[in-house]
Formats: sequence, structure tokens, C-alpha cells
Amino acid sequence: MKSTDTKSTNKLAMRAKVFFRSPARITLFIAGIFFIISFVELLTGATDISSPGTSGATLRLATPLLMAGIGGLWAERAGVINIGLEGMMIVGTWTAAWFGYLHGPYVGILAAAVFGLASGLFHAILTVKIGIDQAVSGLAINLIAAGAARYLSGIFFPPVGGDRTVSPPVESMPKFSIPFVAPFFKSIDEKEIFLVSNVSGLIYGVTTDLSVMTVALLLLVPLTSWILWRSKFGLRMRFCGENPMAAESLGINVYRTRYIAISISGMFASLGGAYLAIVASSVYREGQTGGRGFIGLATVIFGNWRPSGVFAGSILFGFTDALRLRQSESVMALIMIVGIASLLLAIFYSVSRNWRLGGTYFGMALFALWVNQRVEVIPQEFVTAFPYFATLIVLTLLAQRLTPPAMVGLPFKRGSE
Amino acid sequence: MTKSRVFWAVVAPTAAIFTSLLFTYIILKIRGVDPIEMFRLMISYGFDPRNLVSELNQTVAYYMAGVAAAIGFKMLLFNIGIDGQYRMGAFFGAVVGAAVSLPPILHVLVIILTAMLAGGAWAAIAGYLKVRRGVSEVISNIMLNFIAAALIAFLLSPSIFGILPEGTQVLQTRSIPASGRMPTIKAFDGEIYTFLFLAIFVGVSYWIMLNKTVFGFNLRATGLSFRAARSSGVNAPGMIFVTTVLSGAIAGLVGIGTLLSDTHNYSMAFPSGYAFTGLALALLGRNHPVGIFFAAFLWSFLERTAPVLEFEGVPPEIIIVLQGTIVLSIVVAYELVSRINLRQQQRAVGSVSAEVIDKDSKSVKETK
Repeated sequence: MKSTDTKSTNKLAMRAKVFFRSPARITLFIAGIFFIISFVELLTGATDISSPGTSGATLRLATPLLMAGIGGLWAERAGVINIGLEGMMIVGTWTAAWFGYLHGPYVGILAAAVFGLASGLFHAILTVKIGIDQAVSGLAINLIAAGAARYLSGIFFPPVGGDRTVSPPVESMPKFSIPFVAPFFKSIDEKEIFLVSNVSGLIYGVTTDLSVMTVALLLLVPLTSWILWRSKFGLRMRFCGENPMAAESLGINVYRTRYIAISISGMFASLGGAYLAIVASSVYREGQTGGRGFIGLATVIFGNWRPSGVFAGSILFGFTDALRLRQSESVMALIMIVGIASLLLAIFYSVSRNWRLGGTYFGMALFALWVNQRVEVIPQEFVTAFPYFATLIVLTLLAQRLTPPAMVGLPFKRGSE
Repeated sequence: MTKSRVFWAVVAPTAAIFTSLLFTYIILKIRGVDPIEMFRLMISYGFDPRNLVSELNQTVAYYMAGVAAAIGFKMLLFNIGIDGQYRMGAFFGAVVGAAVSLPPILHVLVIILTAMLAGGAWAAIAGYLKVRRGVSEVISNIMLNFIAAALIAFLLSPSIFGILPEGTQVLQTRSIPASGRMPTIKAFDGEIYTFLFLAIFVGVSYWIMLNKTVFGFNLRATGLSFRAARSSGVNAPGMIFVTTVLSGAIAGLVGIGTLLSDTHNYSMAFPSGYAFTGLALALLGRNHPVGIFFAAFLWSFLERTAPVLEFEGVPPEIIIVLQGTIVLSIVVAYELVSRINLRQQQRAVGSVSAEVIDKDSKSVKETK
């Protein structure tokens, strides 16, 4: 029974792969999702899900998560887990705010990159060279960074017009809207045509009032993807994560590769912090990172250790965050969307006679219906915890399908067997 | 051999603490304060009897976290979920304690058992994921910590378990009635929680369990080598699960001292961050019940004396940096010590085998 089950899922996976190979079908799929969204918005009157404000906010909230996630990905692909992402983000917020205040935002970002690189290197020396437990090192970095940021804030900020917990404001970075594209979609959005306006509202949201830094950081995703899967260094790096002993026997300098990867990991996380201090707000504030480093860690798992997956995960988590901040009814509408999507999937799997998955999705659809009928407002707290919850669910249900680097988190000593 | 091992076990933590103190010395020097004078002030403030009492109370909470982490470490488990387990324990202990009315001692026992159950149950999720799904307990526990915080924030809303007393801004649970409170011992204008005795009991049972029982033997065996334990008949995955739950149950007790002897209700004002503290203390105390106690005392001493720094214009958060540095240097010190030990062993083995080879070659020559 079980073997036929897995067989049919494999077949389905194959079919899904073939299905998504064609760009036209992907477009169709996305259009389908949008159709459901527009339909639900029409029904519930929660117009915020696809409004330009939400898509813009999603992008702003997702970028720091994305940077933390990509940073985590670099370290884990090289075989070292980086729990210190949160601390490295704190390093980024503080240095970006302080040097940004002194010399302007660009210097601030540069400083965040340099100090982030240094904090990553610190983690690398501790875990690779000395070989202490990777989790202990990461946690200690979180603690030291948080303490040091508060200590230094207490010394540096009060004399220059800041507070013990808040830095003086940093000059903001230039923003721009993509010419022709943004106004065009804006005009369509305002016409309120069913479906079409929803899509263009979303596009308008992500093409207008863009910060230069957002674009620059987003470009790091395809770059990471290219380095990991197309370059010589990326191949070596992944090799070090999968099997460092074999990598060493082939003459790869595992230590040096890991040094570089973890330093870059720290730099990315720190840039995510700099984004928080310079673009998302204009000051350093104590507790500004708010666990985003850990959400970044979660997106790595959620995204199955792939840059595109990390991107999708951070967009999803940024999106739920944006909805929470903007309009809480939207979360309700979102559950309706999940319900309808699950129902469609249930029908799809039932038709292809995969009863187990079909049943699961049908159960999900029923649950969404129940929540929709019974609960009036989803509590804020659950929306806050959504990324962690989603990751835990993925770990529970799909643990066998995830493909983490084989040796991630395990110690490796040069010359060991 | 054993002598040198004991020697190194003491030298490593001491060296780590001195390294961290040196680091703090330099930072204070840069700030333009006299470090020695500072240390002297901190010590005289910290050993003032009144402060000692509150340090002791905080030590007990940290001690529980340290023991919880140590149980995990014995199994090579990194229980970073202590924070969530402690919250669940304290919260459900408070809720159940306020909801039932029982005779005095029984009431306290029910609260303590509830706290242990809640902490253990929360840890069981991570244990299940580890044993049946192969999910690293570090990742699942980090997620569970945040979920626990959100869950409790939700359950503390006024429509469920929470109340908002007039004149305060902090949501809290209903107060536990007098029968469910633990007495305190008055000493030096302060009150020592009697929970202290329970903590001592836990420490002693931890030692006995680990060293004198079959369960403890199996636990250590599984921690040392999963495969060897399994092939000699120990249910190793089961041991991992039980150890995780046990660690969580102890973690559930972290907030109980404060709950039963001081606040009598759970509120959002309960501190967080016990996970790292617990792990740090277990590392510092080498998983030994007495060692963890001294480490816990050092921690609460540092935290209690931090405000002294403020009088001299030094932001007290430097203590957090100091704690982090202590942990890092202790782990590095252990790593270096184990390397030195390994090298000594190799050298010893090497010299013996060299002698044997020498003899062999001589005897070969003689026969020729």
C-alpha cells in the first residue's frame, strides 16, 4: 500500500515538474491564485490583500528576512549552522545607524557590511578553527551583540541627541518609481476591474517608491543562486556542506571555503540589519531586529536550502506580517483563500486517486471553513508566530522530503575520517 | 591520569573567567574608570546580606535552568527550548493553581506537578520530532520558544485566562490563593524562597539518577555512543525522548519559585532568556550539580551588581557582554584542554609503542 502511495506521489511530483516547466502554465497558475484572491476580496470586502500598499509593505518587511535567510543559507550550504544571525543583524542595525549618522547612509551600509563580515568571521574562527559547538557560538554571538549594542548606545547616542535606546536619525536614501510601468499599472488599479486591477495593484505596489537599497539587496538572490549552482566556488561550498572529508581528499581547502562562506553569511545578515535601520526606519532602536534573524533561519528550512525557496518563504512571512500590521480582517480573508485553494487541491488529488493527500487537503479546507464560521478575528499573536508555526509544520510533515546539506551542524576537523 | 583530568576540569573554567575579567578590565579602562575599584565596589555590594538574599532567589531559578540543560547535555541534546518550557510551566502552574482550591501542601504539589507536566509536554514535541522525524532539536526548539511566547500572550488576553487589574498595564493571571503559596524564610530584611529546598532536592536527585541508577547509566551510555548503547540493548531513541521530556519537566520549574513565593500570578513581566542562561550554566558547571550551583550564583551575582556600574557612568549592559564572553572562553578552554589531553595520550601511546618496536628490532637482530 505504502509503496504504491509513494509511487503515485512521485508520479505526481514528476507531473507537477512537467507542468511547471512551461512558462505559460506558471502564468496560468498564478492567474488562478489571483482569481481566487480577487473573488474572496469581492466576497468579504477585505480589499487589502492585493492593494498596492500591502504589496509595497510586503516587500519592505520581507527584505530583512530575506537577507537573514540568504545569510543563513550561505553558512548552512558550507556545513555550518548560523544561529548568530540575529546578533549579526543587531551588529548591522547599530553600525549602520552610527556610521550613517556620522557620514551618511552609504557609509552606514558599508560599515554594516564590514562589521557584519567581521562578525561572521568571528563565528567562523570559533566553529571552524577552534571547533566549538556551532549552536553555542551562535547563541553567544547573539548575546554579546545585543549586550554590546546596548552598552555602546548608552555611551555614544545620548551626547549627540539620541537616547540610550534610540540613535539620532540617519539621512534617508533616495527612492524612485520605475518610470512608465508604475503610472501605467496605477491607472489600471484605479479603474477597479475585477481581477485585472488586483494584479496591477500588486505590481504598482512593488514598482513605486522603491529604495535603491531594496533593489540592490534583491539582486543578491539571483547572484547567490548563480554562485551556488553555476560557479566553481559554489560547487566547492556545497561539497563542504555535503561531505567535507571527501572534499578535503580532493584537495579542496574546507577551512578556507567555510571561512569565506560564513563571513559572507554574517555580511548578508548585517546588511539586513542595516536595511532595518536605514530604509525601514531611520534610526537604530533597541530590539529593532525582533527575532528576524530566527525567522531568517526558519526561511532556510522552509525554502529547503535553496535561494528561490528562501525568497518565497520570506515573501510569505513578510506578507503575513504586512497584513497583520495593516488590516486584521485581511487575515480572515487569507484563511478563506487557503480554504478554497485546499479544496481545489483536494479535488485535484482525488481525481488522480491520491486519497491520502486528497483527504488531508479536504480536511484543511473543512478546518478553514470552520475557522471562518466560528472565529471573528484571528489574534495578533498567532499571526506573529505564523513563520515559526509554518516552519514547524513543514518540518513535521515534510521532514523526509527536505534536502538539507548532509553534514550541516556537525563538527569537522582537518585530517579526520 | 585522573589527577590531571581533575586539575584541567578546574583550570579551564577559572582560566575562562579570568580571560573574561581581563576583557572587562580593558573595556572599563577604555571607558576611563578604575577597573579594580569597580570590581571592589561590585563585590562589596554583591556580598551585602540584603543583596545576597535576592541573589540566592535568582540563583535558584537559574539553577533549575542549568540542571535542565545539563540533563540534555548528558544525552548530547542541546535543549535550547528551556525558555518555552519554563513559560509553559509557570503559566499553567499559575492558571491551575488559581483555579483549584485544595488543602495547603497538596495545592502546592498540584501546582508543581502541573508545571512539570506542562514543561515536559512542550519538550515532548521537540522530542517526538527528534526521534521520529529526525528534526534537529535546536531548530524545533527555537521555533517552539516563539510559539510558546505567542500562545501564552494569546491565552493571557482578558477573554481567556488573563485579567488586567486596575492601575496596572500588565496582563496577568488570577492570583493563587494562600493555600497554594510557599512560605519564605525571613533573613536580613529579605525573604528566601523555600523553593530553594526543592531545588537542592532536584540537584541531589539529578546526581543520584545519573550516577546510581540503571536509567542514568543508560542515559549516559546513549549520550556517549548512540550505536553502542543501542546494540547492547538500550532503547536509545526512547532514551532520547524520555530525556528530552525530563529536561523539559525540570525547565518547567524555573519560574515556580517566583510564582509561589513572590508574585503568585503569571504576568507578561516574567523574564525571558532562560534558555541561553541554562545552557551557559551547564557548560560552566560541567554538568555537575555543585558546579552548576556556583555558576548560577556567579550569574545572579553579576546581574545583581550591574547597577553599581551605572553610578560610575558605565552602561550596565556590559554585564551581558561579560556573560557571553565567559561562555565563549569556557567552551574554547574546554576544547583546547581536550586537545592537550588527546595529544598527551597520543604521546604516551607513541612512546610505549616506540619502545616495543625498539625491543622487537633488537630481538630480531639478536636472533640473526
